[in-house]
Amino acid sequence: MRRFRAACMTATVTALATVVAGCGGGTSTSGDGGADKPKELVYWASNQGPSIEADKKILTPRLKKFEQETGIKVKLEVVPWSDLLNRILAATTSGQGPDVLNIGNTWSSSLQATGALLPWDDKNFDKIGGRDRFVDSAVGSTGAEGQDPAAVPLYSLAYALYYNKAMFEEAGIDKPPATWDEMVSVGKKLSKDGKWALGAEGSNLSNNIHQVFVLGQQHGADFFDAEGKPDFTSDGAVAAVKQYVDFMAKDKITAPGNAEYAQNQSLQDFAKGKTAMVLWQAAASTFKSHGMADDDFGVAPVPVASGTPGTGEQVNSMVAGINIAVFKNSKNLDGATKFVEFMTSDTEQVHLNKTYGSIPPVKAAQQDKAFDRPDTAVLRDTLLESAAPLPQVPNESQFETAVGTAVKELFADAAAGRAITDEAVKTRLAKAEQQMPKQ
Amino acid sequence: MTATAARRPAASGPGAGAAGAGRPSPGPAGARRRPRIPARLRKIGLPYLLLLPALLLELLVHLVPMVIGIWMAFKEITQFYIANWGDAPWAGLDNFALAVDFNAPVGEALLRSFFTTCLFTVLSVGLCWCVGTAAAIFMQDNFRGRGILRALFLTPYALPVYAAVITWAFMFQRDYGLVNHVLTDQLGLTGERPFWLIGDNAFVALLTVSVWKGWPFAFLIVMAGLQNIPKELYEAAAIDGAGVWQQIRRITLPSLAPVNQVLILVLFLWTFNDFNTPFVLFGDSAPESADLISIHIYQSSFVTWNFGSGSAMSALLLLFLLVVTAAYLLVTSRGRKSSDG
Repeated sequence: MRRFRAACMTATVTALATVVAGCGGGTSTSGDGGADKPKELVYWASNQGPSIEADKKILTPRLKKFEQETGIKVKLEVVPWSDLLNRILAATTSGQGPDVLNIGNTWSSSLQATGALLPWDDKNFDKIGGRDRFVDSAVGSTGAEGQDPAAVPLYSLAYALYYNKAMFEEAGIDKPPATWDEMVSVGKKLSKDGKWALGAEGSNLSNNIHQVFVLGQQHGADFFDAEGKPDFTSDGAVAAVKQYVDFMAKDKITAPGNAEYAQNQSLQDFAKGKTAMVLWQAAASTFKSHGMADDDFGVAPVPVASGTPGTGEQVNSMVAGINIAVFKNSKNLDGATKFVEFMTSDTEQVHLNKTYGSIPPVKAAQQDKAFDRPDTAVLRDTLLESAAPLPQVPNESQFETAVGTAVKELFADAAAGRAITDEAVKTRLAKAEQQMPKQ
Repeated sequence: MTATAARRPAASGPGAGAAGAGRPSPGPAGARRRPRIPARLRKIGLPYLLLLPALLLELLVHLVPMVIGIWMAFKEITQFYIANWGDAPWAGLDNFALAVDFNAPVGEALLRSFFTTCLFTVLSVGLCWCVGTAAAIFMQDNFRGRGILRALFLTPYALPVYAAVITWAFMFQRDYGLVNHVLTDQLGLTGERPFWLIGDNAFVALLTVSVWKGWPFAFLIVMAGLQNIPKELYEAAAIDGAGVWQQIRRITLPSLAPVNQVLILVLFLWTFNDFNTPFVLFGDSAPESADLISIHIYQSSFVTWNFGSGSAMSALLLLFLLVVTAAYLLVTSRGRKSSDG
């Protein structure tokens, strides 16, 4: 009996010890958390290439080079866009994050408000060569105005109009549309026999936001007032959203099926010759991976209401791009800063941006001949002359979801054949505005 | 426990001698040094001791997160505080007030999502049970290929949820999906290709996948329940002239009552809380028609980064499910007792 009792006690104590050890284990051996060793960094990269695997192939040699130079080993994880924000939120909440990470530049202000990212004050910027090395518009998308940036620009992007040359020729159109009126008239010529003029990703919330933001600028609407409060139902905002959805509802130049697209199906349709135009950021490498040759498609600036692209109401793109940030509670801040310095060095900037088809936010790297190609030149000029950053307010990511969903629902209505009236648009936008957190 | 044992050596009862047999009875000082546990307590205590690790783990895995969730519901945990939860100010009942203010947009949306979920759950559980029970009854007769059919029926239950639902998502695509190919191109049932993943049809798509995924479980459980019904009952009924339908109504269904009681409850809880199916089908923002409560709460916390508000909604959901479960068990048990009596 005594022996049996002793055995029971031993079993219980062992089990308890395991439980306790299990609790403690999380902190010391975090699977993907920041590296504890001074000679190691964990880096979450965003998916920039055609696939996660392609990104690993592109980045691994660069990380090896960094290791040779500094002796710091970088553990890479490429996180898909669909997961990235949630992963960052989870890391912020638990304090178990990577050391260095990529963020969509539009999230900068929202993430800045959490206080989880290292602020890039002048001292930190000096460690990577100073703030002046970067293009102003790119630094403008790294956090709220008046605060130290929460991240450093890594890849810059802008929207452009991609068009299928063969389809244009077939329809007797000699140049891409430069205004929205031209877009509609050209679009009507192109939309026939099961083919359509303009692609859209109706269920992709971020893409919806990017498009209506630019149209909003052209209608003089900002979506947020000067105090950073949501203003989604202004006449300009309603007109912008209506104009975008009307490409499907009224003008009938966008295929109804695009209402449910969210996985870049519109790019596949473009590559297959089913859609003649898309408004996209650096899509060239994706088209090539779908079998298109360089000569098959042309690149032009996104249309404006009238005149030529510029500032104010002539804006024709958001400042798109990726920023690189450092987790404030990284145990290797020094190494992390060194890694940011490496990734934003002139050589790496030219190499990486050339590979991804994006534009370097570093001025010196922009001068490289690689960015004079016709497609990248359009993106570069747009960034320099006619791109505006999305609102840099803490609620930006909620805005993307709320208004992005409103546009998605309006597309669903349009696809189902329902009329899109000003009233319908305003009702959806009012609902989106009510969902925004109180300030 | 030690102190009690030391103070009350007299309470040790007849078994107390076991440990000290053959030795002179220790004095009070010795008892204090080597306290003895009364045998009765030992007898009662052992099972609890053995259960202790499981209880602790249960506490850790289930109860602690629930308690933290409820605590969060009273805090204002927004993006400004997620990096340091401790600093979040107390919100009192504000989060709850926001969730149940059905005249305001947040409460109204929650209420609509709640009703959608109720309708969805009733239909899904009802259909799962009907299809599962019907299939189980048909499979009772021995025929060739029964084993293969049974295994085939269980496939949806055995498949990983993500793989199964993502396949459905592809099949429901409007332009290239199999569903529209069959409905529109081959059968010509619809003039224009309907949308399944956006708009009002999304509810039907969600229900289809849910029933497809859920009925094999009902089938499995009912099949097991059927094994326990004595064959003699059916033979006696047949001799008395009862037809198949009467046998099902008078013998099968009443005999299955205890099985059904648990089955319906489990199906209800699973379906009401189902997150994976709508999330994989529709992604971050489900269409209004298929905005189930679990997805709605997820959006209310992760998408707006307001975890306090999301936790309050979760706490309300927990309360609702507890009340429904308790009421259900009470009513069905009472019903069974009275029918047994």
